[in-house]
Amino acid sequence: MDELIIRALLGGTLIALFSGPMGCFVVWRQLAYFGDALAHSALLGVALSLTTAIPAGIAVALTAAALALMMLRLRRGSRLADDTLLGILSHGALALGLVTLALFEPATTNWMGYLFGDILAVGWMDIATAAILALISLGLLAWNWQSLVLIAIDQELAQVDGISVGRMELLFMLLLALVIALAIKIVGVLLITAMLIIPAATARHFAKSPGQMALLAAALGIFSVWGGIASAFQWDLPTGPAIVVTALLLFLIATVIRTPIAQKQTGH
Amino acid sequence: MSSLLTLQGVSVTTETGSQLLHNVNLSIEPGQIISVIGPNGAGKSTLIRVMAGLQPAAAGQVEVQPDLRFGYVPQTMTASANLPITTDAFLRLHARKPAAPDLPLTALGINNLLHKPLQALSGGEMRRVLLARALARQPQLLLLDEPTAGVDLIGQVEFYQLLGALRDQYQCAIVIVSHDLHFVMAATDRVLCLDQGMVCCHGAPEEVSRHPEYQALFGAGTDKAFAVFSHAMGGHQHAHAHAHPHGDDHIDAGESLHG
Repeated sequence: MDELIIRALLGGTLIALFSGPMGCFVVWRQLAYFGDALAHSALLGVALSLTTAIPAGIAVALTAAALALMMLRLRRGSRLADDTLLGILSHGALALGLVTLALFEPATTNWMGYLFGDILAVGWMDIATAAILALISLGLLAWNWQSLVLIAIDQELAQVDGISVGRMELLFMLLLALVIALAIKIVGVLLITAMLIIPAATARHFAKSPGQMALLAAALGIFSVWGGIASAFQWDLPTGPAIVVTALLLFLIATVIRTPIAQKQTGH
Repeated sequence: MSSLLTLQGVSVTTETGSQLLHNVNLSIEPGQIISVIGPNGAGKSTLIRVMAGLQPAAAGQVEVQPDLRFGYVPQTMTASANLPITTDAFLRLHARKPAAPDLPLTALGINNLLHKPLQALSGGEMRRVLLARALARQPQLLLLDEPTAGVDLIGQVEFYQLLGALRDQYQCAIVIVSHDLHFVMAATDRVLCLDQGMVCCHGAPEEVSRHPEYQALFGAGTDKAFAVFSHAMGGHQHAHAHAHPHGDDHIDAGESLHG
């Protein structure tokens, strides 16, 4: 097999392993829009790395983390509803990122690569970094699993139980920023949220516990990466969108399988 | 023994400047049962949230005994449908030590709910599950926010009896918000009556029911008397604050259960 494909498969697998459980939290806490805003802010990070010496991955993680913390603050004292605020931040960050990119790198900008990912550009260095970060992050997730799940169920209950919710929120936001910084390589800014929530939503159809759902989401994510890469090579498709379409197909199949017949008949 | 929790001159203000609590003083002694009553918007839930540490006080002091174990049962909790978890797994989630073996699952009537998804529970079932969860931590102080909302009268009396028994078993103090102005738990040591964020009167149930502020607020001389039910099966069932001339439904329900 081509080394290019091996690298793509390896990198994609590592990231799916991490994005599966993270996606579950995004789904549980209904943060899809929030994830979108973070992902869009990643473009600003790319622009930042082009104008400074900071490596792209780190710059993206930093901007996403900064935006995440800013939004946590804004949501508390705002007059505006959450979805309005997130809509403004999300699309504002996207537009700002595109404008900044155009200003600093007008000629050679590979916009498609940023927007839809370029898994074939993944190098061995990227894979090594992704492996280390994903393993550390998964370790942190596992270590704080019960607290994070309880916060996802009810934040106040967790607080009364003596969990330091503030610290857990910080950890969660940093992990979310990290998964976005890693996933931008394979699916791009516009499709990261899909990569997070579609495998998790599919897993919801089958899982009986939070842990099961996280494992299943990781497995479905890996399968989507493989299916997407295979079909991209077979039919010469853009890889990022092909991965997301594979995930979408799995979701549709799961939905059809798991919707009770009685419900189908009543059209619900 | 020292107080479990003391509030001194506690005030709570919203961001828009309206005052939810004003200069509230209260101390909770071990094993004591305090009923908090008052009209809608009086600040009852805010008060209990301040005690639980969920709501910061704008002024005043909240002193909590070091290492106080307390349990808080909110009025409602809606578990996201996206999160698959059974009631049983929820009860075991983040339990610091193994759940108390003598957890009164049967008494709370949640034995048959354990295998159900958490999302499938009704409001009343959820509150009982949350109560069980709070008890698993062997609390010294239980904070209950309207635990009997939406429960019929017989159910309320039964719940209060259960709560009295739990207090005896766990030796914990209880602060309970009651949505019914005329109906508090029999074992109540003190009634705290809130109106517009201020304590308008407090004391033993009998005192409070005779208090002019209480009567002004909740209508003295109407048919609604302040009914207090005993959970004890022994001699002093008739702990009614007022003898009731007409014997309305409240009292009938209570006496039929205790009789």
